[in-house]
Amino acid sequence: MAYSEQVIDHYENPRNVGKMDEKDAQVGTGMVGAPACGDVMRLQIKVDDQGVIEDAKFKTYGCGSAIASSSLVTEWMKGMTLDQAGEIKNAAISEELALPPVKIHCSVLAEDAIKAAIDDYKSKQ
Amino acid sequence: MKLPLYLDYSATTPVDPRVAKLMCDCLTQEGNFGNPASRSHLYGWQAEEAVENARRQVADLINADPREIVWTSGATESDNLAIKGVAHFYHKKGKHIITSKVEHKAVLDTCRQLEREGFEVTYLDPDSDGLITPAMVQDAMREDTVLVSLMHVNNEIGVVTDIAAIGEITRAAKVLFHVDAAQSAGKIAIDLEAMKVDLMSFSAHKIYGPKGVGALYVRRKPRVRLEAQMHGGGHERGMRSGTLATHQIVGMGAAFAIAQEEMQAENARIVSLRERLWDGVKDMEEVYMNGSHDQRVSGNANISFNFVEGESLLMSLRELAVSSGSACTSASLEPSYVLRALGMSDELAHSSIRFSIGRFTTAEDIDQAIEQVRKAVTKLRELSPLWDMYKDGVDLDSVQWTAH
Repeated sequence: MAYSEQVIDHYENPRNVGKMDEKDAQVGTGMVGAPACGDVMRLQIKVDDQGVIEDAKFKTYGCGSAIASSSLVTEWMKGMTLDQAGEIKNAAISEELALPPVKIHCSVLAEDAIKAAIDDYKSKQ
Repeated sequence: MKLPLYLDYSATTPVDPRVAKLMCDCLTQEGNFGNPASRSHLYGWQAEEAVENARRQVADLINADPREIVWTSGATESDNLAIKGVAHFYHKKGKHIITSKVEHKAVLDTCRQLEREGFEVTYLDPDSDGLITPAMVQDAMREDTVLVSLMHVNNEIGVVTDIAAIGEITRAAKVLFHVDAAQSAGKIAIDLEAMKVDLMSFSAHKIYGPKGVGALYVRRKPRVRLEAQMHGGGHERGMRSGTLATHQIVGMGAAFAIAQEEMQAENARIVSLRERLWDGVKDMEEVYMNGSHDQRVSGNANISFNFVEGESLLMSLRELAVSSGSACTSASLEPSYVLRALGMSDELAHSSIRFSIGRFTTAEDIDQAIEQVRKAVTKLRELSPLWDMYKDGVDLDSVQWTAH
């Protein structure tokens, strides 16, 4: 299968790979997917006092499109408020990465990961 | 552009140049282009001679009588002809067939079709090494069993079925035994004088012959009957009609003859390359060879790199032409049904790569593959949350995953 240039770029040079302290009250962690399905994403956000996402990190087990989807959203989320980040839709991700129909689920997973990270952060406040 | 390094010999092989030369001689006006079925002139006689010579070459590799070889379009057609042909001919004797969960789709889908026609099929589970044992076959036998169909060498994991021992069981029970030998011919010695196999499928393109041609061995003593699937001019003693493709058949014959000549030396070389590959990667943590290591065909190394997903690994290994045990690339999220049947965890099944080594692979190729694999696995593990969790001592089975 041919990958889009955008997917290859994120896959070869993934942005914001890493891990933050899950116990930190400023950090929200979203882990979605399952090894059985071949995709697991862990997305983490660090939120400042104003409710703005000051940092985002990810690690993903999955195909190139899954890695690219999570890498892309970490870039987008930095500097957004929680509300803005919560508005990110999978369609925007799949459009930006030119994902083929069989890979749309990767963008859905990334949207789920954002929501899970935000929920986790809010539950700690 | 530099071509990727070919390590997918189980998928197909290039035609040996010696074979290609002989095939080309059977195409043009100056060559042996006649219809082997033409009885009235020299063109036909020459073509027939070439076809019969090839038939002998194929028979010689497996110690069979040339009259037991039926030409087909490939192993898929041979499997169809053997299984449907036997089931339809002997249906009054019984309607039960035994096969396994790790067979090629050409066998599994044919059996599914027979189930729709009212046959009953038992699909044996392999052991954790991927092997179907004689005892499993014995236990599955019923009064109304008419056919056992098993592969000699598994296409994904390369493990070798003990068809000699299973043949003893089927013969004693007067049940026919079909073996798909697409992955074993030319790599493992096959002696059909000694082995009690009744039908055997072959393909040319897995052993440096052309695509589009294969054969079915149909035993004469004791005689095996088949209902034809392809009707027409009554070629191949009525078992498979259609004008014989002289150039393809000559190519298959030549490929089998070369295999017979060179198999022993070639196997030794290929096994050493496979072990070189395995030795080059096995010291990384959580790396596993899938399927029995000892009871295994020479060129196959199916390896799981735990916590790395197969499709992304393939993406990193763009300079290698290998295949993934994960069927993700074919738009389904299911990992390989063969690896699942071994009882492997989903994440390990999703993490597997099949390397298959062949006639034109060199030691330098293997060293290059090792280097690239190590680099890619290291990179992807740094990206993998599962690797993190493993390193932190988290038991992945204890995690509540949100399946999607």
